[in-house]
Amino acid sequence: MSAAEATSAIDIDRSVGDFSYPESHEFDAGVGLTDKTIDYISGVKKEAEWIREFRHRALKIFRDKPMPTHWASDDLKEIDFDKIRYYLAHGQQPTRSWDDVPDDMKETFERLGIPEQERKFLAGVEAQFDSEAAYSNVKESLQKEGVIFVNSTEGLREHPEIFRKWFGKVIPTSDNKFSALNSAVFSGGSFIYVPPGVKVSHPLQAYFRINAENFGQFERTLIICDEGSEVMYMEGCTAPKFETTTLHSAVVELVAMKDAKIQYITVQNWSANVFNLVTKRGVAHENAEIRWIDCNIGSRLTMKYPGVVMKGRKARGEVISIALANDGQHQDTGAKMIHAADETTSNVVSKSISVGKGRSTYRGQVHIPKHLKGCKNNTECDALLINTKSKTDTYPAITVRGNQHATQHEASVSQVSEDQIFYMKQRGLSEAEAMSLSVNGFVNDLVREFPMEYSVELKRLIDLEMEGSVG
Amino acid sequence: MSIEISDLKVNIGDQPIIKGLNLTFPKGEVHAIMGPNGSGKSTLAKVISGHEDYEVIGGKITMDGVDLLEMEADERSREGLFMAFQYPHEIPGVTNANFIRAALQARLPKGEELDAVAYYKQLYAEMDKLEMDRKFTGRAVNEGFSGGEKKRNEILQMAMLKPSYAVLDETDSGLDIDALKVVSEGVNRMRSPERGFLVITHYQRLLDYIVPDVVHVMKGGKIIRSGDKSLALELEERGYDWVLDETAA
Ligand SMILES: Nc1ncnc2c1ncn2[C@@H]1O[C@H](COP(=O)(O)OP(=O)(O)OP(=O)(O)O)[C@@H](O)[C@H]1O
Ligand SMILES: [Mg+2]
Repeated sequence: MSAAEATSAIDIDRSVGDFSYPESHEFDAGVGLTDKTIDYISGVKKEAEWIREFRHRALKIFRDKPMPTHWASDDLKEIDFDKIRYYLAHGQQPTRSWDDVPDDMKETFERLGIPEQERKFLAGVEAQFDSEAAYSNVKESLQKEGVIFVNSTEGLREHPEIFRKWFGKVIPTSDNKFSALNSAVFSGGSFIYVPPGVKVSHPLQAYFRINAENFGQFERTLIICDEGSEVMYMEGCTAPKFETTTLHSAVVELVAMKDAKIQYITVQNWSANVFNLVTKRGVAHENAEIRWIDCNIGSRLTMKYPGVVMKGRKARGEVISIALANDGQHQDTGAKMIHAADETTSNVVSKSISVGKGRSTYRGQVHIPKHLKGCKNNTECDALLINTKSKTDTYPAITVRGNQHATQHEASVSQVSEDQIFYMKQRGLSEAEAMSLSVNGFVNDLVREFPMEYSVELKRLIDLEMEGSVG
Repeated sequence: MSIEISDLKVNIGDQPIIKGLNLTFPKGEVHAIMGPNGSGKSTLAKVISGHEDYEVIGGKITMDGVDLLEMEADERSREGLFMAFQYPHEIPGVTNANFIRAALQARLPKGEELDAVAYYKQLYAEMDKLEMDRKFTGRAVNEGFSGGEKKRNEILQMAMLKPSYAVLDETDSGLDIDALKVVSEGVNRMRSPERGFLVITHYQRLLDYIVPDVVHVMKGGKIIRSGDKSLALELEERGYDWVLDETAA
């Protein structure tokens, strides 16, 4: 595939994402969050009683937990939970055919290029519009092998025997204020089960689209890879530019059983008024591998620290992340590696770019207890500052007990030097092109970890962000 | 058709570095500049190319009649000016192939895409001529290159960009004897009635390979004497003090 083709295939740049259709929701839980909101959501979804109770318990925990402003940004105070709408949908049942998707949604996803990508390289797609999936489909061959790829409503309703066991177990409701919020009002997201030994050769993709203003999107994703199976899941996200703040607060739980392998790839390109507060964690059993490959562009504030609990011997966890904080944005990202068995290995590589008055923060946590043997961690975090007002800070917390482990930690902060820019300008590149190329060079080794279709798009997104950042 | 520099005065901070310099080098000719350390040769090269650290407080530089001082460095480059750096910069993470490709792409009209197949064909051909291993296409620009490899890489970029005027700042220093020959041949292959060269060097030896039409002596921020290639030989024998003496007399 040529670069030009790939670019048109995944057009999620902000100028393309910045459009919206008039709202016409059949289901609307109204503004603000009370017990009634939860009963409404649970009611329209026709949920089992245990889920309704789960939600109510979560709401109580959410209310009791303070905002984590003692360690995180004060900007969180700007979120007014009473002004947000928690559930907006046309219906609760996604269609299996694009032809049956309502016109405005279909056009939205067509403009974002989703149906085209599905034809080209995906094994399954879920397209969520505000609170519910509008479209969801998985290749027939995979269904025959027993692969389940549905939204959370359907997953809990049709397959409780598979999903209930793990639901809310990797990330307990009380993990943090926003995991509690999600647990109270969750809607949409993907539920995936891959049976033993099945290796899904093409990626499954979910696309999360916010169309409505003053809205909160709370998808809930649970992926279970049974013994020896493999899957690659990709998610993309956009929202139009609204004047008011929008909240995106997802919970994503991964379970990789013995010898299984999950790769979870995110390319988010939120508009600059979105608070993106996401909790992501996976459990890797014996000799299993979980990789989070994450690219955070846009949003007003992103707080996201994907984690892996390495529960079985020789389990491996990895977080590869790129964050770009432009003017007025704060990317507060990192990784959490919990070693809970012998000979487990974790790797964290984080690169951040701060542009203009943008700020990026790395928060890492690596935990290796004393009684374990032969664990390894490698942590690298590099920050690139583009302008003199750009900011970065790093909080690595590496707790290693005992002396039978190998850990390595490297951090760097660099700037693109004026002489480097001059050298590139002398060859004919404009200042903006020189800056873009330098930034792309900085993240180059990480971009290679993304599938080709995404890496081309990433490069283009970075170019767009760098435009107008110089001078 | 030439680059014409008249009464150029350049400061760094308050410090005058170039103090009323006159120099013209036309297409079709090779001019050499020799001169003691610190006399302002690299400063001149960077001012011609448009480095912003240097403040031009007087004089003019034109290229084929167009005022260069009004143009940004990248515009000058696209108009056909090339400079081989005395100390080429490293660009972490950006491969040589991508960098040169971006530079060529920048020369195309908006919307036009460089033909990738033709590009690589040309790139490999030029690398073969410069006896550069193919692995240099995939390595980050100048990162971890030896001194000599960096200089060779400058000539590769020149060969790919095909400028109308090239300023080579001490491209010979750091080269071993074989590399000096390869690089000089690279320059000689590009000599043409359509292209002018300004070659800055400390060594007569380079001028045995790249035979200049004119040799200039720069000292104290000025060209103090110009002559034919025999001037270089004389400088090699007698040093620079003698030149100063003669002009002073
Ligand atoms: N960025 C700078 N800041 C301060 N002084 C500078 C700067 N660049 C050059 N100079 C000074 O200007 C003078 C001329 O330097 P330049 O590099 O042009 O000399 P040169 O003739 O190229 O010397 P060489 O033969 O050693 O390469 C020197 O005294 C140098 O220290
Ligand atoms: Mg010099």
